[in-house]
Amino acid sequence: MSAVADVFSYIAIGAGAFFFLAGTVGLLRFPDTLTRLHALTKADNLGLGLVVLGLLPHVDGVLNGMKLVVIWLLVLLSGADAGQLIARAARRALRRHPPA
Amino acid sequence: MIVDAFYAAPALLILALGVYTTFVRDTFPATVGFLAYGLLLTVAWVQLHGVDVALTEAAIGGGLTGLLLVRASAKLRATEAGARAQRPSLALRLAAAVLCGCVTLALAITVLTLPDPAPSLAVEALAHIAPTGVGNPITAVLMAYRAMDTLLESIVLLLALVGVWSLAPDRAWGGRPGPRYNADPDGILAFIARVLPPIGIIVGVYIFWVGADAPGGKFQGATIVAAMWLLTLMAGLSDVPPISRRWMRVLLVAGPAVFIAVGIVGVITTGTFLAYPDGWAKPLILVIEFALMPSLALTLGLVLAGAPERPAP
Amino acid sequence: MIVTGATLFGLVAAGLIGVGLYGLIVNPQPLRKILAFNVIGSGVFLLFGVVARRGAALGLGGDPVPQALLITGIVVAFSATALAVTVLLRLFEETGSTTLASDAPAVASEPVVDAGTGTAALPTRGG
Repeated sequence: MSAVADVFSYIAIGAGAFFFLAGTVGLLRFPDTLTRLHALTKADNLGLGLVVLGLLPHVDGVLNGMKLVVIWLLVLLSGADAGQLIARAARRALRRHPPA
Repeated sequence: MIVDAFYAAPALLILALGVYTTFVRDTFPATVGFLAYGLLLTVAWVQLHGVDVALTEAAIGGGLTGLLLVRASAKLRATEAGARAQRPSLALRLAAAVLCGCVTLALAITVLTLPDPAPSLAVEALAHIAPTGVGNPITAVLMAYRAMDTLLESIVLLLALVGVWSLAPDRAWGGRPGPRYNADPDGILAFIARVLPPIGIIVGVYIFWVGADAPGGKFQGATIVAAMWLLTLMAGLSDVPPISRRWMRVLLVAGPAVFIAVGIVGVITTGTFLAYPDGWAKPLILVIEFALMPSLALTLGLVLAGAPERPAP
Repeated sequence: MIVTGATLFGLVAAGLIGVGLYGLIVNPQPLRKILAFNVIGSGVFLLFGVVARRGAALGLGGDPVPQALLITGIVVAFSATALAVTVLLRLFEETGSTTLASDAPAVASEPVVDAGTGTAALPTRGG
């Protein structure tokens, strides 16, 4: 049972790390604010979700597991909101100074 | 040299961000770098087995200080070009570099020659923890062994607020701090400022409550509650009360005042300031913490809100 | 030579203190000086945290006494930073500049009268 849980954790956390890496590459390589935001919010939300999923089998007690899930949900909420706010500021800046 | 990558990665990133924050040309990226630096320091604190310190760093050292600096850099952006022209001469920069190099070298040598085995008060701290009634040795230090430090710390915070307020222009004295934020009432900021505070207040009170036996405490919890208040302020959902309000001033000093009162109870019952009578340690610590938490949250929020700018109506 | 995690963080802390001190001396902008001061501060805290970690005993991950003092230290550092930043913002509001140089050329030669109080404020300086 514990071997299965370990394999599951390795796969899930590995996949989560991959999404973090992909999001970071997107942040560095994408051309403008909106696409960079897309890379960040999508990849990091999914990446953190997978890391939390991978950690769940090793948590002692349901309460601690729920805390991990709540952390992920809070990051989803704040990430989505911060993304919106930055996108709005970027759009306003673009209107004020349209690219030549 | 063998170094564990587990420690090396955050350690080198912290150093790199410290260098970036200090040397990058513009101030705004420097302050954003400082925010990331604070988050990485939080990781370092967890690796150094100081989870209580990590929470404080995330909440106050990185979070509140970072917010303060980012906001100030945005306001002061116009002054940058002029200030940059006053860069000191090459000779002075070289002298400073040599001096700082020597300081770092001396400290590095000190780190490498720290005494082994290291001196520790851990044994002492655990030996006397039972009568305090708390399970977290750090809380025992903060509230029992070194309660005087914590009392003075809460007063320092209050003094900082007095200092901030005293910078008000005469016409705004007694008025409301900071600008009135006018965010879109149907926008995303107003949405999060409605959804998050109920959750944030529960998390803040939880962090405060578990501090007795697990990492956490009143400063970390109060910071989260203060952050929720600041969020509703920035979303334009609420306004800071004028600083002349009596109830607010009473609430600000209530925590430290209760702390001092308990200290005087100690003088009467045991002859020592801040000593707890036998069997009364835990209840008295709870009384202090419950009185201190709202005062701290209000003080932290008001320090962030800044000097009064708008005259009282 | 085996460098433990605690020692590595100690060396990083030594580096941070040096870097921050350099920024504090060399950077002419007051806000950058405040920032550099915080870098020095966190370096000192980290060094203290390394001392705490080395004092681990009896199943505790670190010596609780320095760790508790660190929490106090971080809060006091925040208080000082908040006061410094507010002083700076007020200086900017009053004079339109944040320069610390006493020989900076004055932009306005006549005293600026504060409309609210009727008192003469310092001449506006520009850098």
